[in-house]
Amino acid sequence: MAEDPRQLIVLSGKGGTGKTTVTAALAHLAADEVSLSIADADVDAANLELVLDVQQVASHEFTSGYLAEIDPERCISCGQCYDACRFEAVTPGEDGTSYRVSPSACEGCAACFHRCPTEAITLLTPPNGLWYESSTRFGPLFHAHLFAGGENSGKLVTLVKQQARLRALDDGLDLVLVDGPPGIGCPVISAVSGANLALMVVEPTLSGAHDLSRVVGLADHFGVPSAVLINKADLSPARAGEISDFCDTRGIPLVGRIPFDTIVTEAMVAGLPVTEFTDAPVSQVLVDTWGIIREMLMGGADDRGKDRAS
Amino acid sequence: MRIAVASGKGGTGKTTVAVSLLLTLAALPDADRPSKLQLLDCDVEEPNAAIFLKPVVEGQEEAGIMLPEVDTDLCTHCGRCAEVCAFHAIAVFGEKVLVFPQLCHGCGSCAYNCPSGAIKEIANPTGTISWGTVPGTRDVRFGQGEMNVGEAMANPIIRRLKQAMFKDADDGVTILDAPPGNACPVVETLRDADFAILVTEPTPFGLHDLRGAVQVARGELGLPVGVVINRTGVGDDGVLRFCEEEGVPVLLTIPLDRRIAEAYADGAALVEAIPEYREGLVALYRQILALVEGVA
Repeated sequence: MAEDPRQLIVLSGKGGTGKTTVTAALAHLAADEVSLSIADADVDAANLELVLDVQQVASHEFTSGYLAEIDPERCISCGQCYDACRFEAVTPGEDGTSYRVSPSACEGCAACFHRCPTEAITLLTPPNGLWYESSTRFGPLFHAHLFAGGENSGKLVTLVKQQARLRALDDGLDLVLVDGPPGIGCPVISAVSGANLALMVVEPTLSGAHDLSRVVGLADHFGVPSAVLINKADLSPARAGEISDFCDTRGIPLVGRIPFDTIVTEAMVAGLPVTEFTDAPVSQVLVDTWGIIREMLMGGADDRGKDRAS
Repeated sequence: MRIAVASGKGGTGKTTVAVSLLLTLAALPDADRPSKLQLLDCDVEEPNAAIFLKPVVEGQEEAGIMLPEVDTDLCTHCGRCAEVCAFHAIAVFGEKVLVFPQLCHGCGSCAYNCPSGAIKEIANPTGTISWGTVPGTRDVRFGQGEMNVGEAMANPIIRRLKQAMFKDADDGVTILDAPPGNACPVVETLRDADFAILVTEPTPFGLHDLRGAVQVARGELGLPVGVVINRTGVGDDGVLRFCEEEGVPVLLTIPLDRRIAEAYADGAALVEAIPEYREGLVALYRQILALVEGVA
């Protein structure tokens, strides 16, 4: 029986620090040496497909959770639904006409449904998004599109990640590479659980350092070891030094310092991983970074954090 | 008036724009200055506005949801609580009732529907809201929410922050610094705003996520929107073409400038490091006033 695939997630806490750029480069570099499946877990701002030249293989609807709807014919304007709702989603109609549900505020708890004395409320189950299976030069990609303002993004993240993992298990692939969402909330919790390593991409700014410490705390909470990669490291040597000190104090490996270079944007415009686009210093750092990460993930017998949260 | 600053893609400069707009409005001559002025940092997962505004905190309180607590003496294990819970956050196994705090939205349905009155609700803090004033300004208010690490749901904290800070502020200007993305915490931040500034960068990623942000703010919520394009001079013209096609006004462009990046790294507000940007932000505010009044 094949060994379980290793799972690497790219996170950042703060948004826009280069997670997707790094993930695409790692996909390109890893594919030369190991077999992998890829997941884009940033389902409400999914950009990995823009630089991996994807061919869509299949698309599926994602449905999760309820949306309450009030039938104006049956509503007697008693206001019970309004009293029941804690999410400011039910509003009275003007001049005693029927109550209304604001779809953007409704969390689908069904409290109003159970309270309504005239059975005027229906629980709808609208689709919240789509998820896709695609093929890329580097391996299969599982990604999604959460509809505007959608709820339950954590569940969609779990689904996309599970699909990538199942494919890796089925085909005996070595690595599941996950492009994570920003923040530390439910989609990040869904994305980080079960990972063998979280690569934190951080910029040398006060905001970046602040957010890094929170996302490292989250990874710790779920028993996932962290590594740190500083992007645009030369923008503030002082702040980069502070991040390096933070890593030392916490015993977190600092695996690379990418210099600031607008060629990264040029690669994005060309729709290519930066390492495929250029062999500028940016790419050299990423090559070295991949070497270190590969050793951490696949070399040696260190298995800590393995799937304990899934 | 409530002006939200959102983006879809992270790291495009939401906080830079929100903070700079606040400080610019605060420095206007009395005739133009909004009577009341405040900024709410609604990015409760990773709040950063305080790094730039360095507020004097005057108070704080815990925020979160109400969790059910079951009185085992009164519980008859009828299972009604589990039946009404849409999130599978409470389950009955034989004579045991289990509550899963991470799944609970605090809707109170289980307690309300329990036929034997066995469930009471206990406050379960998942974060903190705090408030204060911005030093060096005349009574500019600041509020932020901060979710505890390991918690999943941002919305209850955002909701509490808005409840606390919106009261008595409606005759002034409130700036809401939104979280990144296009999912439910963004909707919670935007849904009672009057205008959404969408900050993006002129790249394929910026454009892709801007499309989503326009769908949320204008499509779903019906808000008037305008765009700020940050770090111009690299990338492509996709964002500009999109704005033209969609009839979305471009309110301000900020060039890619190492000075701005360095000021940001050290926690300095854009308009304090490079004061000439005040002019552009005043113009942005005037456009918003015209657009909001035009819509109303």
